[in-house]
Amino acid sequence: MLGRTAANLFWLSRYVERAENMARLLEVGYRMSLTSRREGGASEHLVSMMQAAEVDEGFDAKHDVADVDTVAHYMMFDPDNPNSVYSCLMAARTNARSVRTAITTDMWESMNGAWLEFSQIKPRDVRGAKLLGLLQWVKQRSHEFRGALLGTILRDDGFSFLQTGNFVERADNTARILDMKYYVLLPRATQVGGDLDIQQWTLILRAASAHRAYRHVYHDRYKAHNIADFLILRPEMPRSLVYCANFVQQNLDSLAKLYGRKEKCQEAADSLLALVEGASMEAIFTDGLHEFLNEFIARNNRVTDALSESYNFY
Amino acid sequence: MGEKTPFDEMYNPDGSVREPYRALSEWLAEQPDKALALMQTDAEAIFRRLGITFAVYGSDEGTEKVIPFDVIPRIIAANEWRRLSKGIEQRVKALNAFLYDIYHRQEILKAGRVPEKLILNNEAFCPQMMGLEPAKGVYAHIIGVDIVRVGPDEFYVLEDNLRTPSGVSYMLEDREAMMLLAPDLFHRSKVAPVETYPENLRRTLESVAPDSVRGTPNIAVLTPGIYNSAYFEHSFLADQMGAQLCEGPDLFVDGGKVYMRTTTGPEQVDVIYRRIDDDYLDPLTFRPDSMLGVPGLFDAYRAGNVTLVNAPGTGIADDKAVYTYVPDIIEFYLGEKALLQNVPTYNCTDDDQRAWVLENIHDLVVKEVHGSGGYGMMVGPTATKAMHAEFRKKIEARPDNYIVQPTLNLSTCPTHISGDVAPRHVDLRPYVLVGDEVRITPGGLTRVALKKGSLVVNSSQGGGTKDTWVLED
Repeated sequence: MLGRTAANLFWLSRYVERAENMARLLEVGYRMSLTSRREGGASEHLVSMMQAAEVDEGFDAKHDVADVDTVAHYMMFDPDNPNSVYSCLMAARTNARSVRTAITTDMWESMNGAWLEFSQIKPRDVRGAKLLGLLQWVKQRSHEFRGALLGTILRDDGFSFLQTGNFVERADNTARILDMKYYVLLPRATQVGGDLDIQQWTLILRAASAHRAYRHVYHDRYKAHNIADFLILRPEMPRSLVYCANFVQQNLDSLAKLYGRKEKCQEAADSLLALVEGASMEAIFTDGLHEFLNEFIARNNRVTDALSESYNFY
Repeated sequence: MGEKTPFDEMYNPDGSVREPYRALSEWLAEQPDKALALMQTDAEAIFRRLGITFAVYGSDEGTEKVIPFDVIPRIIAANEWRRLSKGIEQRVKALNAFLYDIYHRQEILKAGRVPEKLILNNEAFCPQMMGLEPAKGVYAHIIGVDIVRVGPDEFYVLEDNLRTPSGVSYMLEDREAMMLLAPDLFHRSKVAPVETYPENLRRTLESVAPDSVRGTPNIAVLTPGIYNSAYFEHSFLADQMGAQLCEGPDLFVDGGKVYMRTTTGPEQVDVIYRRIDDDYLDPLTFRPDSMLGVPGLFDAYRAGNVTLVNAPGTGIADDKAVYTYVPDIIEFYLGEKALLQNVPTYNCTDDDQRAWVLENIHDLVVKEVHGSGGYGMMVGPTATKAMHAEFRKKIEARPDNYIVQPTLNLSTCPTHISGDVAPRHVDLRPYVLVGDEVRITPGGLTRVALKKGSLVVNSSQGGGTKDTWVLED
């Protein structure tokens, strides 16, 4: 496989996952802003949501007020925002187009169909309930693409690059959501949160599509400790850091088996997994949640760098 | 030929249906109102979803257009096809012999059958190819021959495309779409398959691998990249053949051999089906500013370590000025009369012929010698007086830059036009593969001029395509 092809597959998957995550973040920010309107329509939730998505600086450079319409437009449609759903879908499709011979027809049609439908949408028609509908649509198209991928592609090196891209991106996203609100998760004298805490916790769980699953796992009220545990250490939670790190490590392992040798990226993945596997929330809180999350994000980035070095991405 | 009613491929002059079109005619009569219009909408959606698009140069990025597809197939009878394919085979053999000769001993020039000046001063002549021995002696492996029909038994070759002819993916996808849209129509006819093309392309490419290759040759399709107008076709063919789709930067030359950069290191490439023009292939040999090619590629080719398909320099055999000599070329190398006719072509450098051309320009077609895609072309009967005057001036200024032909009254086929069926002019491009043997796919790309009365079928000028059926006995 060409090194360029491997890179395109990795980024194709990353961008699809990122589009989905952007839609989920925007949905959360939008929901929260409905219940807590601020002066001039600006919303604190929208701002912290943009921080988690790492698009706040770009937004501030263009806009003065973070109201729902402006933020929604910036996150969905703005080509100047490299992480807008528009930019992600376009980047994903461009990558897919470059590697059409390396993906299946079903994957291509799903990707191309998503892009064509999305590019037909007129931004000014998308408000209120329509916005939520469109965000739902973005998530569904991402699911559809992943379904086409899992259902049709050969389990060879291309598959490993696609899967690694997907879970590196997801790990990054979960870590950033946690970091955005890490302070509301810190242990406090009282176990019971106030209304504001509950609202913040809901935001975090929803942003990781985890608010229902939480109940199934903990059979308990929302508690800061559990929420952190759920999104960091729970192996059965498909967006948790440990799950993603495990997934990345296994995929790179099978790549090493296929190619007959280990490279730097396998070491990087081992080191990512070592950070979360067998860790306890108590230890993480003691050493500092924020510091822990930053270390995780850094090691996760190192996986991408090592991957491009090991397999001649260009 | 201008005023006469064109040859209708479906109906005889008395209104009865020609035999090859019988099943189609019955099927058309059974279609309820709006059925064709619905099929047309479905077809557009199918092509978009599959991403069968071409980029339009000069328009915004991301504007990928779908070439209009007509839902009524064009039908060629078995005996008509046999005649055509014999003529095509003869032509491609002679043209390859001509190329070998031009790049070796140049017997045909010495014999005075083709003027030396016409070849050696021609931009399409590639001096770097002199003395080079391509595998199996083949230069043009992949050829699209443009053919028009003007009567029941009258076929003319308009052009031999020997460089990098495009459009074959439309032949394949038009068939795919037609089978989705009208499966019942296929049940009523015996249609020769075109799906064999990718397999035959692979066999052809393998057969011309360098002799030193042991085992299955490593094949790459070299594309200028995703912004090229024919990128869809490049990726489609690579996919169908199981070949690696490469861009220039994916390949490099080391020690006279070509390698691709893979995830596990360099891997040698044996055959390159390149969809990049000669000029851009190798900045060290051709245009130094080319970003698309591979430095050193031509040296690797000269050293016999890789096969380029088609060979550089094949353009000398499909040059519009050389075209007029093809019947002589066939006679010279094969000792046979040409089975397919050339369109009579006037030579404007000859004083008498030029005078006649200038007088009769309103009846004639004028083409630029190096033009393509319907650009730089004038169709006399449909052009304005001002355009006639403009082209008269152009011809007088540079008589060697134009060829002039009579306006051919292209045959028509029934075509779906907003709910109705009406005759429209068509041409035909069958695809030919030349390697260890000549392989011609039964069918080809039918291009149709959707505008009433128009004779220009190019997609850049509002033309569409049709699925082309060759019936089996």
